[in-house]
Amino acid sequence: MTLLTERQQTPLRMVENKQWRKPVYETNGLNLWYGTSHALKNIDLSIHEKEVTAIIGPSGCGKSTYLKTLNRMVEMVPDVSISGNVTFKGNNILGKSMPVEMLRAKVGMVFQKPNPFPKSIYENVAFGPKIHGIRNKTVLDQIVQESLQKAALWDEVKDRLHKSAYGLSGGQQQRLCIARCLAIDPEVILMDEPTSALDPVSTHKVEELIHSIKNDVTIAIVTHNMQQAARISDRTAFFLNGEIIECDTTTAIFNHPADHLTDDYINGRFG
Amino acid sequence: MLNINSNVPQKNDVRIRELIEEKRQSRNFKGIVEKLIPSFLLVIATLSILTTAGIVYTLLSETVQFFKRVPFLDFFTGTALKPLSQTPEFGILPLLMGTITSSLIAMVVAGPIGLMAAIYLSQYASERVRKVFKPLLEILAGIPTIVYGFFAFTFVTPLLRTLIPGLEATNILSPGIVMGVMIIPMIASLSEDAMSSVPSSIREGALALGSTKLEVTKKVIIPAALSGIIASFVLGISRAIGETMIVTIASGSTKNFTFDITQSMQTMTAYIVEVTGGDAPAGSTVYYSLYAVAMTLFIFTLLMNIGARKISRKFREEY
Repeated sequence: MTLLTERQQTPLRMVENKQWRKPVYETNGLNLWYGTSHALKNIDLSIHEKEVTAIIGPSGCGKSTYLKTLNRMVEMVPDVSISGNVTFKGNNILGKSMPVEMLRAKVGMVFQKPNPFPKSIYENVAFGPKIHGIRNKTVLDQIVQESLQKAALWDEVKDRLHKSAYGLSGGQQQRLCIARCLAIDPEVILMDEPTSALDPVSTHKVEELIHSIKNDVTIAIVTHNMQQAARISDRTAFFLNGEIIECDTTTAIFNHPADHLTDDYINGRFG
Repeated sequence: MLNINSNVPQKNDVRIRELIEEKRQSRNFKGIVEKLIPSFLLVIATLSILTTAGIVYTLLSETVQFFKRVPFLDFFTGTALKPLSQTPEFGILPLLMGTITSSLIAMVVAGPIGLMAAIYLSQYASERVRKVFKPLLEILAGIPTIVYGFFAFTFVTPLLRTLIPGLEATNILSPGIVMGVMIIPMIASLSEDAMSSVPSSIREGALALGSTKLEVTKKVIIPAALSGIIASFVLGISRAIGETMIVTIASGSTKNFTFDITQSMQTMTAYIVEVTGGDAPAGSTVYYSLYAVAMTLFIFTLLMNIGARKISRKFREEY
């Protein structure tokens, strides 16, 4: 497959070894409607611990909707109705048993467009920890520094931590948003086309960043960019018209997809 | 055959270039208009500024006349205002007291209620509720102030008098509260606009970190909308300071210098109504005192607007 670079073809064995990794998210028979439009149809999908799961598919196929279901941000849309089961580490997240704030404290999200708060760089990163009750200045300082370092932004901003986040470039803002996520030490990070608003250099930096944090955190990433999915993910799920067509290791999806629709899509014959 | 469509090109006869060329012939006239319009608009814009300047000039010149008769210090430090007495005294402090007290009472009522209403509407209310509430608020803002004055005098004051035994029939408390009620829609509506214009992506970012709606409102939305909220408060205070009818009707015309809000007090605006409504002969000291009071009122609101600008700039969080 021409799309694959050398790097993706080599770690085949590693990916296979990962297959026993236990799922963090398990989705069974998930259906979702926006009003009367059926956006997700009978989705069964697992997201495994400390893997990067890429969700691909043409616009309007439901991939962002699915991602937003995982931290229940989808409920902000008026008139949404959901049925089925989504469990996070064994707990049903759609029921009343888990408060949505508790779930979101463990599951971070990075959005399509960088959305830093209109505050200083420091306050942006410290926001999450503060919300969850960390007040100690020394601890906060340390969290801010570590998060920015993990997000590969520390060296660029360490001299202007207390300046507005809006003075950063788009790519820096997106890495700041990832740092903001990392600051609450989430178990999962959901990324909704995190590089679609960025230039190639910034995109590359974000991808490197994903690579460097994937050993600590589970990542689910929605992307329009096939090469990106191939480059960064361990597992790929292909969505089409609200249904899941195929989900397998990224190597398998890109090398010998089981469904001809997947083959057509990743080779740019539609979508 | 009469061809009325002779100007319309046939399918294979597109003459767009010629048509544009033809139109160009009449461009000369347009060109002149094009050049004259900005000057015309400049004149119009200048007119409104000149009008303001004219008003300020009149105020100033007549105020100077007043201070030729009454010493500056007496006016600003005098605690007694007896314009029509045998030995007239012209201290503005009772009026300042009345204005400040009534505005403060109004803001104590309108500030919290308006802000909370705005928070509810922008953060919690469903689209349907908002669609009913917002226009209703704007209708409330359109009630003539004389109606509010009447309402204060015939309804609120009697009601308050059953609760507070010592309350006088005309007092500053009742019109203060009613002014607050009058200002609520303004503060609610403007603050709601400010909070709703905070991009929803920022809100989602905060929610996705696990904050509750209340935390998002307190820590992200209100700080981001602060300049707009402060602006709405200042507009509210300005409105209260300039408000005339309600205080004229419900607060009486006793020129009390007191901190007791159960008593009658007169505001600067109500004083102007009283004196212009009476028969102060042009050229008398009483007549000139109108201008001095009006000038003070003007400076008051001017200073506040400048202060508000500085405050809102300082707190501004760009997005």
